[in-house]
Amino acid sequence: MAGNQTPKARVGVLALQGDFREHAALLRSIGADVVLVRRPEELDSVSGLVIPGGESTVMDKLGHIFGLAEPIRARIRAGMPVFGTCAGLIMLADEILDAAAGQQTLGALDITVRRNAFGSQQASFEVALEVPSFDGAPVVAVFIRAPIVERVGPDVEVLAALADGRIVAVAQGPIMGTSFHPEMNGEPRFHRRFLDTVAAAHASE
Amino acid sequence: MTENTAAAQVGSTRVKRGFAEMLKGGVIMDVVNAEQAKIAEDAGAVAVMALERVPADIRAQGGVARMSDPDLIDGIRETVSIPVMAKARIGHFVEAQVLEALDVDYIDESEVLSPADYVNHIDKWAFTIPFVCGATNLGEALRRINEGAAMIRSKGEAGTGDVSEATKHIRQIKGEINALAAMSRDELYVAAKELQAPYELVLEVATTGKLPVVLFTAGGVATPADAAMMMQLGADGVFVGSGIFKSGNPAQRAAAIVKAVTFYEDAKVIADASRGLGEAMVGINVSDLAAPHRLSERGW
Repeated sequence: MAGNQTPKARVGVLALQGDFREHAALLRSIGADVVLVRRPEELDSVSGLVIPGGESTVMDKLGHIFGLAEPIRARIRAGMPVFGTCAGLIMLADEILDAAAGQQTLGALDITVRRNAFGSQQASFEVALEVPSFDGAPVVAVFIRAPIVERVGPDVEVLAALADGRIVAVAQGPIMGTSFHPEMNGEPRFHRRFLDTVAAAHASE
Repeated sequence: MTENTAAAQVGSTRVKRGFAEMLKGGVIMDVVNAEQAKIAEDAGAVAVMALERVPADIRAQGGVARMSDPDLIDGIRETVSIPVMAKARIGHFVEAQVLEALDVDYIDESEVLSPADYVNHIDKWAFTIPFVCGATNLGEALRRINEGAAMIRSKGEAGTGDVSEATKHIRQIKGEINALAAMSRDELYVAAKELQAPYELVLEVATTGKLPVVLFTAGGVATPADAAMMMQLGADGVFVGSGIFKSGNPAQRAAAIVKAVTFYEDAKVIADASRGLGEAMVGINVSDLAAPHRLSERGW
């Protein structure tokens, strides 16, 4: 909520599977120039990337089949800002517990996540979540077969935790991830923070 | 697991419908045992539908088709990490209670099984677990949503490998949505009467130009091109039943259909995915089916 003018660098939403349209719509509603990313050449055109909610095993497989996984890793190493929600957080983590056989990660966040940590869909829930770095009301956070962050490295900033202390939102440099889905109910503050990060990275290039 | 977070709310409409949003752009595959479930997961299914017989076998063998044995469902749940759905008979609220107790992720109140009630569908608001229901037209979809369905799938004609009914139903639903969106406000009252659907839902569809829940397509999808056509016609994703495990090479066909659903607008990818898949399921032309054997006419 820096209140500055919305930056205009182009950002991508990984569109292999999941709720990528909701991310794209939310980003556009706060003034971003958005493209859907399914191919390496589309990745080349963006200054930041959102990895949506969905099924992480499917996105991982399709990312490898269609040659996106390595280019995304290379861009992350080169400093590209990335924001992942739910499945996106899983894909960004260094380590996954309860992963599917052969599931790989992008290794962008020095954290360990547990996939599907709350149990089946019947344990999925929504809750008012305090995010100390945000002004205003708590975030209405929707957790859908969500992961939690079980370990954070020394350089990782914890953005939010549940009342019992379990970590559900983190950032490390230009990378941010949430266990829940701000895109689902039009919560713009995480996406604004992401766009600010993209603008800063873009300006320093 | 949410007892420590005081205000946490399970089973809300947003949580139920939101889960279906996560399945979008994906393929949900019918499986009858743990081995098939593993093949489906490895091929990139976003979820599996656990059932005792695929629709093609229900059709061939006849008899009453019911909810699956809990052991079968447990075996599948233990094998895969992706979501597991299971089918209850139309109106059979106790089968639904059992499936909820088994802790599956989603219930399909399905016309593929033999209906248990020819008047009432299940009151789906009474459950924490979300439901998907079939529909052949917009009015039917809105009646199911009014009963609490958190996801709709167009019915098609299950177990045939003939995509024509799936095409008809998705076109019907999309066409009726477009017609509503073009109406003036004062026409919506009569539209609601004609659709036999609640006015509030009709108004919502007319205003937003879409269903308030995710819309998948099912029933007769057998090839990558079938699946991509459903996506181009506006489906959010695809259910594939008999089409995979009644074909010559299920693993390869399953992976090919997943690719075609992601790249549904790219004919080159669909062409590559369609190569060398071996035999598709044999199939039955829907026009050869006598009316009593058409599953899509179950439910109302």
